[in-house]
This record gives sequence, C-alpha cells and structure tokens, in this order.
Amino acid sequence: MAGLTLSNVTVRYGGVRSLDDVSMAFERGVCGLIGPNGAGKTTTFNVLSGFTVAATGSAELDGMDLLRVAPHRRARLGLRRSFQQEQVIRALSAYDNVRLVAEHTRSALTSVGRALDYVGLARAERLGSELTLLERRLVEIARCIVGQPRLVLLDEPAAGLDPTESERLLKLITGIPDEVGALVLLVDHDMDLVRAACGTVAVLDFGKLIAFGSTHEVLASAQVRRAYLGVEDDEESAC
Amino acid sequence: MSPQSVASNRTRGLITGVALAVLAVVLVPSLPGIGAGLGLRTLTVAVIYSLAAASAGVLYGRLGLVSIMQVGLVAVGGWTTLRLHYATGLPFEVVLLLAALVTAVVGTVVSLPALRLSGLSLAITTLMIAGALEVIVRYTGFPNGGPGFVGRDATGSGSTMPRPSLGQDDQTYFRYVAVVVIVVLVLLWWLLASRPGRAWAAIRQGDAGAMASGINTTAYRVLALAVTSAVTGVAGALLAANSGVLDPVSFKAQQSVLLFATVLIAGAFSLAGAVIGGLFFYWVPQLLNTWGVDGNLVFVILGLGTVQAITTAPHGIAGQLENLSSALRSRTGRRVEES
Ligand SMILES: Nc1ncnc2c1ncn2[C@@H]1O[C@H](COP(=O)(O)OP(=O)(O)O)[C@@H](O)[C@H]1O
Ligand SMILES: [Mg+2]
Repeated sequence: MAGLTLSNVTVRYGGVRSLDDVSMAFERGVCGLIGPNGAGKTTTFNVLSGFTVAATGSAELDGMDLLRVAPHRRARLGLRRSFQQEQVIRALSAYDNVRLVAEHTRSALTSVGRALDYVGLARAERLGSELTLLERRLVEIARCIVGQPRLVLLDEPAAGLDPTESERLLKLITGIPDEVGALVLLVDHDMDLVRAACGTVAVLDFGKLIAFGSTHEVLASAQVRRAYLGVEDDEESAC
Repeated sequence: MSPQSVASNRTRGLITGVALAVLAVVLVPSLPGIGAGLGLRTLTVAVIYSLAAASAGVLYGRLGLVSIMQVGLVAVGGWTTLRLHYATGLPFEVVLLLAALVTAVVGTVVSLPALRLSGLSLAITTLMIAGALEVIVRYTGFPNGGPGFVGRDATGSGSTMPRPSLGQDDQTYFRYVAVVVIVVLVLLWWLLASRPGRAWAAIRQGDAGAMASGINTTAYRVLALAVTSAVTGVAGALLAANSGVLDPVSFKAQQSVLLFATVLIAGAFSLAGAVIGGLFFYWVPQLLNTWGVDGNLVFVILGLGTVQAITTAPHGIAGQLENLSSALRSRTGRRVEES
C-alpha cells in the first residue's frame, strides 16, 4: 500500500508510555500530527527515523517494513526529516548541507541545485553559521526534498519564525507533494498553519491517538478541543 | 548560487599554505642559528610532531573526539618501523607505509570500545591506552636489530636504522621530512574537503542529524580514527628514521596530554594550527632550554594557553591569525574600492 501506515506502535520510556498502541495511516499530500506538549509527536518521528525503538508495532512506508531498517539506511529508502531544534551544520556551506544528503542517499547532485532553487535560498556558498534562522529553516526544507524522498517528517519547522516568515515556509511545505511527490507529515502548534496546510490530521494526547480524519472535522471535535486547545465544552462532558 | 566560490576560497588557503611551507623548506636549512646542527634537528622533530598534532586536531576539531594517545601512537609507528626494517630490510618508504597501516589498525581497534560511549569515555580510554603504551615500550624497548619478536639487543651492542637514501644528512633529511609532512597534510586537506569531511562535520553537529542525512556515523568515526592513526604512524616512522633509534623516555603518557593541550591552543580547526602545534610542542620547549630558561615553563604557558583557548579563542592561534588576515584583506579591499 502506498503511503505510511503505523500499526499498534508502543514506545515506553521506563514506566511512561510515550506512544500507546498507536495505529494510523497517511496516504498522500500534507498531513498533520498535532497534540499538546509531551503527547508523543516527536517520539513518533523518532520511531520512524530509528532513534527510538518501538516496544511493539510496525511501520510500513510504501509497503516497506521501515522499522527493521538501520536508521541511516532509511534516508536511502526515501525518509527525510527536520528537527524541532534545527540541525543545519554550521561548519558547512548551505550547498554542502544539502549535498551531504544527496551523497548519502545515492541521489544525483543536480537535485541539490533544484532543492535550493525550490526553497529560494540565495548565496548557498555561505556557511551554516552565517545563515539567519529563516535561512537555516529553508536549508532544512531543502535537505528534506533533495533526492527522491517518499516521506518527509517536519517537526515544528516554523518554530521561532515571525508570521511573514511562517507564511513563506507554509507555501513551500504545501508545495512539497507536487514538487517531489512525497508524503509530508507536519507537526506544528500553529493551528492556522495546520488548517491551511493539512487535509488530514491525527491528534495525539498522552501517547494515545484520540482523533484522526479530515482537518476540518477533527479540529471541530469537542474531545480534541478539550485535550489540545484547553476549551471546555459543557454539552460534551459525558464523552 | 556558486558553491564553487567556497571551493576556490578553500583552495586559495591550501595554495597559500603549501607555498609558505615550500618556502620554509627551501629557506630554513640556510638560516643562521637554526639552519644546522642541534637547531635544525630539533626543528625536524617539531615538524614531524605536527602530524601527530594534525591527527588530534582533526579528531577534535572536525568530529569532537578527544583522543589523548597520539604520542603513544607515534611510538607504535616508530616501533613498527624499526621492527619491519630489521625484519625485512625493505626501502624506508615502503616501511613507512606499512607502519602507517599497522598504526591505523592499532589506533582504531583500541578506540573502538569507547566509540559507542560518550566523548569523555574516549578521552579517558585513550589516556589509559597512552599510559599502557608507555609501560609497554619501557618494558620492551625499541627494536635495535636484536633477536625475537621485540627485536631488542639489551647488551648495548644494537645497531641503528639508516636514514632513507634521499635524506642522508641533516639538511636533506629536514627537507625529506618536510615534503612527507606536506604531502600528508595535503591529503588530509583533500579528505576534509570531500565526502568524508562533510560527513565528519555532520557528525560533529549531531548524531541524529547525521543519521537522518543517511550517514553511517559508526563507519565514518572508524574511518576518522583509522586515517588519523595512520597519519600519526607516519610521524613515528619519520622519527625512527631521524635518529635510527628510539628511546622510551620520549613516549610518556604526559606527552600525549601535552600534545592535546598544544592542539587546543594552536587551533584544532585548521591544518595550519597543526603545524603551529608541532612547533609549540617540541620546538619551543627546546628553544627555551637553549636560552637557559627552564623548559618546564612550557607547562605553565600551555596551562594558561589552554584556559585562554577554551574561554576566548576556541579556534586557537591559527583561528586568530585567520581572523587577522581576513581583517587585513577586507581593509585593503575597502581601500582599493575607495580609491
Ligand atoms: N528520551 C526520552 N527519555 C524519556 N522520556 C522521553 C524521551 N523522549 C520523550 N520522552 C517522553 O515521552 C513523552 C512524549 O514526548 P515527545 O514525543 O517529545 O512529545 P511532543 O509531542 O511534545 O513532541 C513525554 O512525556 C516525554 O517526556
Ligand atoms: Mg516535540
């Protein structure tokens, strides 16, 4: 099956279940993964990247069993991700930051220029240490789309940016599926951004999947509003 | 976008460095005072040690790995060189390459267990290995043509290894050493500017980011250890050929600590820092001695220098020189534009 499928994934840190029997499937486009702090969003990404080992469960990407693959090999299978704390390499130029990913995923170097053009980063010969936060966020997007990505995981890609900058990033993110044909999974706290970017959204709370479906419906549901937005709905209190 | 301009900037740095080095190779042996005798022999050893400094510098500056056993690995390279010379009688250049290979294996294998743990554990492990190597060479001594595996004739009737045919006297051996050192540093430079160098920079930034980029972090760490150990092994070979015999006294663990401190001060982020480091490590103390100043003063200088380096100048002396030169360049550049 095309897309990403998580089946009964559980992650335990000591006694805490950061993910508790989570099953969800994303097919195409830009999909949202939301939930309050500590809900398990980054943990989900870490399981998919191989930085955290799931106690149980499996994940399939375009029919491939992802969790059995060594972490660094997943990039070659088409997995890309950005980090909540951006990881642009300070000692390398913006160009080399992107080239690095192409090099280790057996991708053509021509895709490096294309990725940098897509995000619109000028003077890519500048070092990572010389870039502004926005430019570093752009480099991260470029690193995520270089080569032939199948799944792009973006962990709060707009953190720390002002509204105009977020707007620009939003446009880039929503264009990724058309540009490179990858499925995008977006974690973000900005509900306007999620609403604008994602057709489908999954909501985690304390490691449990509490809602899944079209963004419009999910964000309107009372349970989600209570858990995530902290809004009390009296008529739904029995739920 | 022009990634080429970064490359050309880097290449310009390399060309400047090599040009300066070649100039030094040509001029130094004809300088009064240090161009001959003890002065030149001291400088030769200092230039050799710049390879060990470069190894520690690459590991620390490019990967964030603290390896405190470089002088111990120089001993491994030197021991292997002498042993192979007496066992095979092969030309020095071949023995040098084999010694580099053996040192690469030894340096990598002993560091491997610590590699999966934290950076501090590698520092402690390598320091202990430096201590162990100190004890081992004190016990076995260095080969001097004697019998058995250790190849040591303890009666004092041992022989010395001859210098390579291309570098018989002090002047030509200095130039021989300088050429080998330049070649090795250029190879290191090339490695740092290509795929492995980029992967190492990613690892230094963070394992998670590196792995997400598809980098096999373990493999690239092992590669770094192998390469830097090989480079240190070359230093051992050159040192063995310099005097034909080696003395265990030169390979105490504290020397490895001293070398690491020197690298911190001189600059771990550039290969120029390595050359400065080698000079600091071996030449300056000897210079102080000949001036009648206690050579141990260097410990005080290094101590203060390390504190200064860590607190105010993480890129070391080389970094400060670089800042100075780019400041001068931008100033002259502005003047040209103004006129
Ligand atoms: N390495 C870890 N060790 C222990 N607990 C962790 C670790 N990583 C995450 N957790 C816990 O797992 C839960 C989910 O965290 P996380 O996935 O980072 O949440 P978020 O949804 O904010 O990204 C939190 O309770 C967090 O404290
Ligand atoms: Mg998070």
